[in-house]
Amino acid sequence: MKKSLLIGATALALTLASPFSQAHRVWIKPSTTSVSGDSEWITFDVAVANGIFHPDHFAYPAERLSVVSPCGEPVAIQNQQKLRYRSVFDVELTESGTYKVFNASQSLVAFWKDEDGERHFWPGRGKTGTVEEFYEAVPQDADDLNVMETANRLETYVTLGAPTADNNKLTGKGLELKALTHPNDAYTGEPIDFQFFMSGDKAQGTKVIVVKDGEKYRDTAGGVEMTADKEGKISLQFDEPGMYWLEAEYEDDKATAPAKKRRASYVLVFEVLPL
Amino acid sequence: MLKNSPCFLPFYGRRSRPNTLLSKLFRLALPLGMLSAAMTAQANELEITLPALNVAEYHAPYVAAWLADERGKRVVDIAVWYDTDMAESEGEKWLKDLRMWWRRSGRSASMPIDGVSGATRRPGTSSIALDGRFDDVPAGDYFVWVEAARELGGRETLKVPVSLPVKQTVNTRAEGQHELSSIKLIMEPAQ
Repeated sequence: MKKSLLIGATALALTLASPFSQAHRVWIKPSTTSVSGDSEWITFDVAVANGIFHPDHFAYPAERLSVVSPCGEPVAIQNQQKLRYRSVFDVELTESGTYKVFNASQSLVAFWKDEDGERHFWPGRGKTGTVEEFYEAVPQDADDLNVMETANRLETYVTLGAPTADNNKLTGKGLELKALTHPNDAYTGEPIDFQFFMSGDKAQGTKVIVVKDGEKYRDTAGGVEMTADKEGKISLQFDEPGMYWLEAEYEDDKATAPAKKRRASYVLVFEVLPL
Repeated sequence: MLKNSPCFLPFYGRRSRPNTLLSKLFRLALPLGMLSAAMTAQANELEITLPALNVAEYHAPYVAAWLADERGKRVVDIAVWYDTDMAESEGEKWLKDLRMWWRRSGRSASMPIDGVSGATRRPGTSSIALDGRFDDVPAGDYFVWVEAARELGGRETLKVPVSLPVKQTVNTRAEGQHELSSIKLIMEPAQ
């Protein structure tokens, strides 16, 4: 069902609105995650791609991202450029601690078929739909009308000096990560513990996949799949250092009308360092 | 750091004294003084030997030495050698490449660290005096770790065990493979 919705112009919209729908993966990949010195620059790639981390599909617009400094101040993205398959940008780290680079969006979405059997998607590519707009834009008696609350979050973290977490509180919106292990303090051979929250509640049953960089050089993609326990927790451990892509997905029927379901995704790129 | 190094003392002595009778007497006395200084240092020191490498572009490695407990937690920073005289602390950019030390200590430290930070060393043996450095350390089993990371080169860590306080003479050596030739820990029980 998910795949069948992927037709024509809606494909791209779905790519950005819901990584649930297909094989495309979205990621913000920093060149490195832990740096030293009084200040330092880190350069980023951001893309919607098939590969981890091989940009081959669509450049994610960097202007949709926000950067927050360790003390919670907004930080400007610099040297931004949208290339064919990826956007690139730099962040200058001048404060000691952890910077968060992210996008978070929530929307009401609807899928339906018209009289000719043609499929439709609302609110359209990269747009956010509200309840009022929904009643105006979507035919309420359409066939196969499927209305959902969606929330998508895309994150990565980079640190100058020692990792900090002061700028990273749960907002209670969408699927969020409480990093019991700081993403910039992940090392080979040590447990890495994460906890997921959906709209502020422990997200039991969150489905998680983790894929290591260099996917194209492996015969088997080699992703690790797991499901969060009743506390919304997962525990990871890696033998190989490298950059990792984590995608978590959550779905339930505790939506508010007119939505019947809520669906959320969370993506994190983090580096596992060797000792 | 340099001031703690016994091989630096004679140089310091020469430079700081005018050429007087006193200084001549001093110069006579100096070798004896050096000897006793050397013997004291000999009693408690960490020797780090860096290999001479036949490579096209050689940069002296960044080196860190520290005392850690059995669980790996850093207890005392002994030394960190890096490019201390680059403008605007630019040399700190590569401290993270001492990645074990960086996690255990460096990332939480404010550089430079008094009595710990020092300039990089050329190939050969350098000695670091340890007199009094572990006096406040609770009794227990520890490791002295040494980590070296070289630009356009590799990285290596070595460690030697030590039980504190020292009850009998310690003379423990660990051999390296590529970035460190060897490390040697020499300690005597406190008098």
